[in-house]
Amino acid sequence: MIKPMRRNRPLFALLLLCLAAFVAGPAAGQALNVQITGGLKTATPIAVVPFAQTGAPLPTDVAEVMRNDFNRSGKFRSLAKSEIVETPSRGAEIKFATWRLLKQDYIVVGRVNDAGNGMVQVQYELWDVNKQQSLLNQAMPPAPVGDLRGVAHQIADAIYEKITGVRGAFWTRIAYITAVGLGNNTTYSLIVADSDGYNPQVVAKSRESLLSPAWSPDGRKIAYVSFESGNSQIYVQDITTGSRQLVASHPRGINGAPAWSPDGRKLALALSYVGNPEIFVLDLASRQETRLTNSLSIDTEPVWSPDGQGIYFTSDRSGRPQIYQMPAGGGAPTRVSFQGQNNANASVSYDGKQIAMVQGNGNVYRIAVMDLSLGGQVRYLSPGPIDESPSFAPNASMLLYAATEGRRGVLYAVSADGMVRQRLVLSDGDVREPAWGPYRQR
Amino acid sequence: MNKTARVALVALLCVGAAACSKKQEVKPQQAPEQAPVTQPAPETGKYTPADLDTDACLRQRVVYFDFDKDEIKPEFQQIMACHAKYLQDRPMAQIRLEGNTDERGTREYNLGLGERRGNAVSSALQANGGSASQLNVVSYGKEKPVCREHNEDCWSKNRRVEIIYTAK
Repeated sequence: MIKPMRRNRPLFALLLLCLAAFVAGPAAGQALNVQITGGLKTATPIAVVPFAQTGAPLPTDVAEVMRNDFNRSGKFRSLAKSEIVETPSRGAEIKFATWRLLKQDYIVVGRVNDAGNGMVQVQYELWDVNKQQSLLNQAMPPAPVGDLRGVAHQIADAIYEKITGVRGAFWTRIAYITAVGLGNNTTYSLIVADSDGYNPQVVAKSRESLLSPAWSPDGRKIAYVSFESGNSQIYVQDITTGSRQLVASHPRGINGAPAWSPDGRKLALALSYVGNPEIFVLDLASRQETRLTNSLSIDTEPVWSPDGQGIYFTSDRSGRPQIYQMPAGGGAPTRVSFQGQNNANASVSYDGKQIAMVQGNGNVYRIAVMDLSLGGQVRYLSPGPIDESPSFAPNASMLLYAATEGRRGVLYAVSADGMVRQRLVLSDGDVREPAWGPYRQR
Repeated sequence: MNKTARVALVALLCVGAAACSKKQEVKPQQAPEQAPVTQPAPETGKYTPADLDTDACLRQRVVYFDFDKDEIKPEFQQIMACHAKYLQDRPMAQIRLEGNTDERGTREYNLGLGERRGNAVSSALQANGGSASQLNVVSYGKEKPVCREHNEDCWSKNRRVEIIYTAK
């Protein structure tokens, strides 16, 4: 390879090649590269046996998708494919002694049947290895072959819920922003992908910055900030039809930080046309804006409590940014975060008990979670130094956040206990601003 | 050359080109420490658009800030004075003040901080005789860094307000 490298080629041709490669990145629909950085010895061992299949070869290894889901959760440790020595596809074929010897608590077997016309039907069984007891035996509705990953995530969710008692959140989607290209040739994209990073779809593209994507509670729309006009503006876009509405575009100042109310009827925003960023609530039907804060500080990054009664937000009214809470109808804010030099960008768990935030100490910014049910005890989920944008999964079992490695942004999924972290890396470009979507509706 | 080798070659060349272009990008367009202004703004006579390209003071259009601060440092007062005078001399002139921050802190908070810096420059220009109607502040927060290293040298170049003449 040394010889061709020495060849002198015109630089612009090179740049064109690079540009083409970069631009092709997300649009090419390539998967994110996944990598487990930690492990959890106490995780429950589960064997997911490769599913038997009939008909043409399948594009998706259903068992592999499920194994990765389980490993990423931190709650389970799935047996590596290479250690799976027998391949039963139904309960009657399981030799339990084999799986006990492999120290597995649970085993999943199944089969993918050709249902004709490009459709497949997946059947699966979950067994307790020690009790030799069937826990689940289900036939999924027929689905297009192209949706097999989604079917696998739904099976993983059912198994997760059966064993842990908590609804699974593998069959969900995530949104994030990519910046691809260099300098003035940067293209920003709002992308929606499966929770494991597969099936990325471009929702919006711009030559100027995009940021702060926020899912509507029904998962059909995303509100986001775009600089395409030169100043920040807030759009609400339907991710299926692509149609979008401009909902906040004050010519003066910031239009930023959209957050949906739990009923999907309102957006909390940060607007600064009044002189400095204040929290407002926008009623989407009437377009009426109601101002909630009134201070000379930066008030931004609002997020609703799950019951819709309160709003958490970032304010530097005490000098440095900290998290505050106030009634959603307005009223005196109270400070919530006290540990660390500064705290910002709250994400609240579905039960309202945990608040994830970016905590800065010196030049190190890490993801911290404050547990209100434990008297505000704080735990750290990430090592820093420039971690941001925490976003809880809808079941609060995991979070997404953005980190910087070298010159590029990468996304991590981390289990809520911080024991398992998985990097989701686009092969090209800079990835940032993750937002975990709600449960999908079947 | 087989296909794999060709793909690998393109990849290597791309990495090389990206490395080169990144090096160029690191070079500050203007050093954060301002060179002493040798040519004071003319006390008599009015500025003309040509002075934007030739006047040593007017040519300086970046104001740098300390970490998490929005105070205009003394070394930038002279720049405030000459741009304010230009605004006075040219009532049709318009300036867009683009506020920027370093990478520390969240994106939305930094939008607020960049705006504070833009407002500080706007206030200083008005205090020196510019009119509010000639000034427009836009904050990009940390979205438009001129330098992408993770160190104070780089951060100090990114904590800035750029003075952009949208009408001369």
